[in-house]
Amino acid sequence: MGQTITVTVNGTAHTAEVEQRTLLVHFLRETLNLTGTHIGCDTSTCGCCTVHLDGETVLSCSLLAVQADGRAVRTVEGLEQNGELHPIQRAFYENHGLQCGFCTPGMMMSALGVIEQHPDASDDEIREALEGNLCRCTGYQNIVAAVRSAADEMARS
Amino acid sequence: MATTERLTSGGVGDAVLRKEDRKFVTGEGRYVDDLKLPGMLHAAFVRSSFGHAKINSIDASAALAMPGVHAVLTNATLPVETGVLSASNPGGDVRHPEQAILAKEFARYVGEPVAMVIADDRYLARDAADAVQVDYDPVPVVVDAEKALEPGAPLVHAEYDSNLVKTLAHVTDGFADALAKAPKKISLRVVNQRVTPMPMETRGCIGDWSNSTGEVTLYTSTQVAHFVRTFVSIVCGTSEAKVRVVTPDVGGGFGAKLNTYREEFAVCAASKVVGRPVKWIEDRTENAVATIHGRDQVQYYEAGVDENGKILALKFDAVQNNGAYNQLLTPSISHLTLFMVPGCYDIQDVSITIRQVFTNTTPTDAYRGAGRPEATHGIERLMDAIADDLGIDAAEVRRRNFIKADQFPYASATGLSYDSGDYHATLEVALELSKYAGFEARRAEAAKRGKYRGIGLSTYVEVCGLAPSAVTAALGIGAPGWEHSTVRLHPTGKATVITGTSPHGQGHATSWSQITQTELGIPFDDVEVIHGDTAFQPYGLGTYGSRSLAVGGIALYRSLGKVREKARELAAHLLECSIDDLEWTGTSWQVKGSPDRAKTIQELAYAGWTSASLPEGIEPVLEATTFHDPPNFTFPFGTHVCEVEIDQATGRVEVVNYTAVDDCGNVINPMIVDGQVHGGIIQGLGQALFEETVYSEDGHMLTPTLVEYLVPSAADVPPMTLHRTTTPSPSNPMGVKGIGEAGTIAASSAIVNAAVDALSVIGVRHLEMPMQPARIWNVMQEAKS
Repeated sequence: MGQTITVTVNGTAHTAEVEQRTLLVHFLRETLNLTGTHIGCDTSTCGCCTVHLDGETVLSCSLLAVQADGRAVRTVEGLEQNGELHPIQRAFYENHGLQCGFCTPGMMMSALGVIEQHPDASDDEIREALEGNLCRCTGYQNIVAAVRSAADEMARS
Repeated sequence: MATTERLTSGGVGDAVLRKEDRKFVTGEGRYVDDLKLPGMLHAAFVRSSFGHAKINSIDASAALAMPGVHAVLTNATLPVETGVLSASNPGGDVRHPEQAILAKEFARYVGEPVAMVIADDRYLARDAADAVQVDYDPVPVVVDAEKALEPGAPLVHAEYDSNLVKTLAHVTDGFADALAKAPKKISLRVVNQRVTPMPMETRGCIGDWSNSTGEVTLYTSTQVAHFVRTFVSIVCGTSEAKVRVVTPDVGGGFGAKLNTYREEFAVCAASKVVGRPVKWIEDRTENAVATIHGRDQVQYYEAGVDENGKILALKFDAVQNNGAYNQLLTPSISHLTLFMVPGCYDIQDVSITIRQVFTNTTPTDAYRGAGRPEATHGIERLMDAIADDLGIDAAEVRRRNFIKADQFPYASATGLSYDSGDYHATLEVALELSKYAGFEARRAEAAKRGKYRGIGLSTYVEVCGLAPSAVTAALGIGAPGWEHSTVRLHPTGKATVITGTSPHGQGHATSWSQITQTELGIPFDDVEVIHGDTAFQPYGLGTYGSRSLAVGGIALYRSLGKVREKARELAAHLLECSIDDLEWTGTSWQVKGSPDRAKTIQELAYAGWTSASLPEGIEPVLEATTFHDPPNFTFPFGTHVCEVEIDQATGRVEVVNYTAVDDCGNVINPMIVDGQVHGGIIQGLGQALFEETVYSEDGHMLTPTLVEYLVPSAADVPPMTLHRTTTPSPSNPMGVKGIGEAGTIAASSAIVNAAVDALSVIGVRHLEMPMQPARIWNVMQEAKS
């Protein structure tokens, strides 16, 4: 059963017909070809598919596309502006906060949510806040350093 | 000059930020699930829900009736020539039962693929797979390797008289005497539990078969594109020259993708049937049963020691659970255990027996460290057991047993030649950095807070740089261990480096560019690195076994040297001098002492291309290729020190301090090396504290998702203090050793030794992994009662 939805993604409104059971992550990846948002599990455990929905951090594998109808989604593709990396992107690069890169988009979107809501988060609070985003490569040390660095930079600007 | 300040470009020794990263932080990485081909269909697999069952019939009629379903393939209809192949044949007498691409007659583990559905989209493919009716007759199951060896155990493969795959044995001549004469014997049983690699990207592949040309392109998330190509050609019955395997960005491997899997063959064969590209993306629950597992080895140690704790003889008997079939290297993994049984200790008399066993479980194969973490974990537990038994400090018992710096190259009792090392040095640095001497005060302070605090050591050596081809041949492995590189200079002076290594997070594009800048004077930013596409490169062996730098990096180093020497002949010709009159400045050839008479490497690249005037016997173009077969393995080593606190009320183990001192020889990029160590340690921590792949007695998978199978999160891991010593390898001209697996090999025993030390105050002398709170709480209750 199809349903027509309009979702604003990274500032652009997209109207499309989707099956009602289509997950938001598949709508982003398959319908809009925004493949930066990844799928790492089936159980809302890994955080690879993290995006922002009306400014709130959500797992796009655990929402239906129809639930995003009329709402605004921000994905990793929306971070870079005019060829300039967002501070969170630059911080992951400058701190070697990624290796294979698969968890990175979701990790950055979660981290951005943390920074925006808790600009003064301590390293321990950052670690707790990122608990829902798994990384198998880095051991998290450089991820925490990257988030700390981005938080500091965003606080200054 | 090398620096630890992070740079955006640089040469050997510099901490250069990764040129790979921009696409990953912007979401422009291209993993296999991001690819779409015209007309592409989607596959889903019907998998056995029984640990062992006879397949009576498969009824696909309901699935085929669904609009948009194109085919349902089974063993009878999938067009392949053979089953999954193994490259691994240690000793030549391994049992290799047929592993059909889709199960034939019997399914032998939960998750074994039985049928394959091809449909318009992945939702429909999944629905249709669920509509396929398979009639099974369950038969007896065995999942535990030791039980599988008992008389009367259910047979995984009825054509054999037992579940034994192969026995690896190695006994030194003096062993029996040495053990008999030892004044004291110390025994220990250690279980190295089954774990699952769990790269964040599951497996996935797209097969694209052209029925008009017979050409097939396979896009797959792999560490070994060329192996996959060779085996696709054999399994699918086409010329290897018609098969192209493309590795897009790979979201982690850890050995899980060092393999050739049924699904890779199946999508190619299915594409041939439907005449359109076929994509399959593994979901996480599938990954837990369909992708190889690691470890699963039960070990029995008996050490004959003298009164000072020196080991005089070491007996090691182990049972290795191979799972239901042999995958690419399954029988070879415990051979790496065999090699490293003596660890970093001077033990010349050993008796080693490893029995490999079939069970009704997912096959095991290489998981980060691959056989070596098992050896290291066991002997490091044993060293603590010896220290405990004799009342010697854990560091001191290691000092007394270490191979000494002046004994290298060291001939091990298992036939290896350890290249170089200074084990005492890393130990002393680690003890200093971790404030080992002052630990008892921290234990006392923690006790006041209701915590048992302990400290643990792991001193390790690993065998890396897999592998000299003569050794792989001696082991019966039907594949070599060399690596390839090509260096190509373009007319504009830019360089393309083609490498047979297959990075999936290790940053080879960055490190290989650094080596190119240092050795050939081409700036870091002017180097492009190509890997993982069989259409563009000669055969490459891929990335695993901490081999990329020590084998592939040396192949690159040698090609760069060849190009530089060819450039020298060209420069001598153009400058009208002898090659002996020239000196290399780092970026150009110049007449000695005459900077005005010089040719830059870029000028020489152009001259080589235009070929207007070439010296006699020199072909156009500055390009060189090397196939480098390493003369020996490399042997990185180090000492890790861990401190844990255990909650006296709940049994929760928390790592509160972690110090790692590693020696991987010379370092190309210290930032990348540190990242490898961080990640490696946390995978070892995962096995020590959380991770265990569990089957029920009747063969059901009890840890099928990341809800039951716990991998460490940011909240679970400690900050780590890293340090390095540098003992170059004499086995290669860059003096490098490899670092990809060191952290994982070292960490689990450091953490378990710390936990045992913490609970030693209540009489605990050994702990098994994973040290989840319930297990530790039970141990504490038993110890107290």
